[in-house]
Amino acid sequence: MDGQRLKFYLPRVPFEITELIPWVLGIAVFFLLPEYLALAARILIFIILVLSLDLIVGYAGVVSLGHGVFFGVGAYAAGIASVSLAIHDPLMQLLIAAACAGLLGLLSGAVVLRGRGLTLIMLTLAVASLVHEAANRATQLTGGADGLTGVVIDPLLGLFRFDMFGKTAYVYSLVVLFIVWLLLRTLCRSPFGASLIGIHQNTMRMQAIGTPVLRQLLFTYTLAAAIAGIAGALLTQTSSFVGLNTLGFELSGEILVMLILGGVGRLYGAFVGPVVFLVAQDYLAKQFPENWYLGIGVLLIVVILYARGGILGLLDLLVKKGVKA
Amino acid sequence: MTAALETIGLYRTFGALVVADHIDFRLEKGARHALIGPNGAGKTTFINLLTGRLRPSAGQVLLNGADVTFHRPAARVKAGMGRTFQINALFYDLTVLDNVCLSISERTGASRLMLKAAYRHGEIVDEAMTLLHSLHIHDVCDRYVSDLPYGKQRLVEIAIALGLRPSVLLLDEPAAGVPSHESHVIFDVLEEFPRDISILFIEHDMDLVFRFAERITVLASGATLVEGTPDEIRENRIVRDVYLGESHG
Amino acid sequence: MLEVINVVFHGAAFGMVLYVITVGLSITMGLMRFANLAHGIFAMVGGYALIVSMGRYGVPYPAALGLAFVASCLMGYVLERLLYSRFYGDSELAQVLISIGLIFVAIALVRMVFGPQSQRVDLPSYLQGQWHIFGLDWIAYRVFIIVVGALLILALWCGIERTRWGAKVRAAVDNRAMAQSIGIDTSRIFSLTFMLGSGLAGLGGALGVELLAVQPGYPFEFLVIFLMVVALGGIGSLRGTFFAALLIGLADTACKYWIPELGSFLLYGLVIVFLGLRPGGLFGVQT
Repeated sequence: MDGQRLKFYLPRVPFEITELIPWVLGIAVFFLLPEYLALAARILIFIILVLSLDLIVGYAGVVSLGHGVFFGVGAYAAGIASVSLAIHDPLMQLLIAAACAGLLGLLSGAVVLRGRGLTLIMLTLAVASLVHEAANRATQLTGGADGLTGVVIDPLLGLFRFDMFGKTAYVYSLVVLFIVWLLLRTLCRSPFGASLIGIHQNTMRMQAIGTPVLRQLLFTYTLAAAIAGIAGALLTQTSSFVGLNTLGFELSGEILVMLILGGVGRLYGAFVGPVVFLVAQDYLAKQFPENWYLGIGVLLIVVILYARGGILGLLDLLVKKGVKA
Repeated sequence: MTAALETIGLYRTFGALVVADHIDFRLEKGARHALIGPNGAGKTTFINLLTGRLRPSAGQVLLNGADVTFHRPAARVKAGMGRTFQINALFYDLTVLDNVCLSISERTGASRLMLKAAYRHGEIVDEAMTLLHSLHIHDVCDRYVSDLPYGKQRLVEIAIALGLRPSVLLLDEPAAGVPSHESHVIFDVLEEFPRDISILFIEHDMDLVFRFAERITVLASGATLVEGTPDEIRENRIVRDVYLGESHG
Repeated sequence: MLEVINVVFHGAAFGMVLYVITVGLSITMGLMRFANLAHGIFAMVGGYALIVSMGRYGVPYPAALGLAFVASCLMGYVLERLLYSRFYGDSELAQVLISIGLIFVAIALVRMVFGPQSQRVDLPSYLQGQWHIFGLDWIAYRVFIIVVGALLILALWCGIERTRWGAKVRAAVDNRAMAQSIGIDTSRIFSLTFMLGSGLAGLGGALGVELLAVQPGYPFEFLVIFLMVVALGGIGSLRGTFFAALLIGLADTACKYWIPELGSFLLYGLVIVFLGLRPGGLFGVQT
C-alpha cells in the first residue's frame, strides 16, 4: 500500500536504536507483568503470524484472504503430532508444523499465484475453505468441531517445563519471535527483498528485466506459510488445545486488520498491530461482543480512508511535523 | 555478417486482423535504426514480437544469430535483449538508484541473494552509479522516481534497460511525452552510447529520427513499406504520400 | 434418470439465483475494476427485506420482491457515492480492506437488529407444493426461480445490447479512457450500474431465501462461491458469468446429492485447479 517508502541500495545505518524497543518491552513485560503472560504470549504468537502476513501482503503485494489457513495447519500439525504420533518434543513439533504449513504453501501457491486480482483472492479463500472443511470432517484426527484436546508438550530442551504461569511459554515465544524477526529483517533488506518490492510495484517491468516472478513469489509464499505454521504450533503448545477457529476466515480477516492497524509493508507494523488489537479485544470484546465487531469494521474503514499507514504511519507524520517545527 | 537482430517472415494475426505481415527485418551490429510509421502500423506489436511478449503465428526471430522465436521474454533478456516502454514502466516508490539496481542485480543474479543487505553489495551500487553518470542523472540517484520531472523519469526508463547490458536495445518512443525542448537530452544521451549496443527505436518526432537514425524502416499496416538511409526515405514518394504527408507529432 | 433430472432441475434453480446475485459483481468489477468483496451484503439485504416485509408487515410476495430490489438499489447507490467511488483506481489492498470493513459492519448491525438465527419465511401458497408440468411433478418454488431468473436475464441482456446505457457500459468496460474522451460520463455510468448490480443482488438474495440461508454471516458464508462464479465466468462477461453460475449450481447440487461425504470439497478443488491453469476463467477473458 501507499505508506512507507523503502530504500535498499542507498547507504544507511545498519541498525537503529529504536529497533531495540520491542525487545526491551518484551523483556520488561516478563518481569513487570507476570499476571498477563498468557495474553502476552498470545500477542507474541500473533506478531509472528502478522509478520509472515506482512511479508506476503506488504512486501510481495499478494493480497491473501486465506493466510490464516497456514496458521491452522501448523496448529493442527503440532497437535496431531502430539496426540496421534506421540511426538511431544516442542522443537520437533515446530519443525513438523513448519514443514506441513510450508508444504501446503508450496502446493497451493503454485496454483494460486498464477491468478491475479480477484481470482487470486478467491483462490486463497477457496483453499482456506477447503482445509477448514477437511479439518471439520476428519474428526478422528482433528476432533472436528470440538477441537483437539490432550496435547502433551515435553519440557523445552528437556529442561524448561511449560508451567501454568506461562513463563516458559512466554520466553519460548519471545525467542522464536526474535529468530523469525531476524530472518525476515535480513531477507527484506537484501537484494531479494528489493526484487520482491519490485514485483509488488511493477510486475510487468520485473518480467521485462527477466525476473522469474512466479518462482520468487512462490518462494516467499512458502516461507510465509511455514512461519505462519510455526506461529500456529506455538499456539497449540502454549494452550494445549487446537480449535477449528484457527482455520476460520475470521482469523484471516483479523490478522489483516492487525496488519493495517500497525502499518503494512514495514515489518514493525506487525509488532504494533497485534498489541493494540489483542489488548483492546481482551478488554472490549468480552464486554461488548457485538459492538466489538462493529467497531472493528468502522475502524478498518476509517483507517483506510484517513490513515492508511496505520499507527506507524501516523507516527511518521507526527515526527515529520515535529521535525519541521 | 550476422545481424544483431533479425526477423524472417514474421507473421502474426489477431483473429482476422493481420498485425505483422511477413516482416523481414535486419538490425545490423552497432546500428542506429529507426522504425517509423503511422498510428496502428504495428510498431509496438513488432517490438512485442521481438521481445517475446507476443508469439508469432509464423516466422522467426534471431538474436545475434540464435533462434529465439519460441524463447520466453526472460530468456531473451538473458541473451542480451533490452527494451523500454512507450509509457514509463518504473518503480515509482523506489529511488532512482534502486530502480537501476533492480535490473543490474537481476542480470548478475544477485537478486536471489538474501543474506547481505542490499546497500552492502558494492559492485551493484558502483555499476549503477556509473550507469547513472553516463546518463547524467547521477545527481538524482537518491530521489524517488515519482518526485522527478517526466524527462528525467524517461531517462530512468532507459537506465533500467541499460542495467541489463543488452547487446540489442529496443526503445519504444523514448522521447514520448517529453516536452520538445527537453527531448533532445534523451537523444544526446543515446548518441554517446558505444557501438557494441545495437539500437532500434520507434519514434514519431521526425526531427529526432533524421538526426539520430542511420537507417530507417517504414512500417504500415503491419508490413514493411520501405527501408533505407534517411536521405532515401526523405526522397521516397510513397513515404511522403503515405506518412510524411500526415502531421507528425 | 429421474434423479438426474431432479439434480439438473435443482442445480439450474441454484445456478439462476447465483447468477442474478453475482452478475452485478462481475459487471462492476469489469467496469470499475473494483474488487468488491462486500457484494454479498446486497444479497443479504434483499433477503432480509423480503422476510421482514412479508413476516412483519404482511406485504405480499411480489411486492416484497420489488421491495428487496429497491432496498438494495438504494443501499448500493448510497454506498457507492459515499464510499466506493473514492477507491476507483486505488490499490487492490485498499479496495479489499474497505470491502471487509463494510462486511464487518453489516454483519454486526444485522446481528444486533435481527439476531443471529437464520430467518425463515412462508412462501405464498401458490408457490408451495408442486406443479405438474410435462407429466412430472416439479417443486413450484424452484420452477418459479428458474422462470423469473430467465426473464430477468433476458431483460438484462437486452438492456445491455439495446439501450444507450448498455452501449455506454460496454464501451466503458472495453476502454475507459477512450470512453471518457468521447464524453461518456463514466461516473454516472458507474453509479447507475453499481445501483443496478446491487439491486439485482438484492433480488437474487430475496429469490433465493430457501437456497442461501438468510443470516448475519451471509456475506462471508457465500463469499467464496460468489467469487468463484465471477472468476470462472470471466470478469465483466455477462454470458461467461451465466455459464459459470449454471455450472457451479449444477456441480454443487450434484456433489451434495451424490457424494455428500465430500460435499463442496470436490467442487472447490476442481475450480481451484482449473483456475490455476486458466486464470482467465472458462472463456479466457484476460484481466
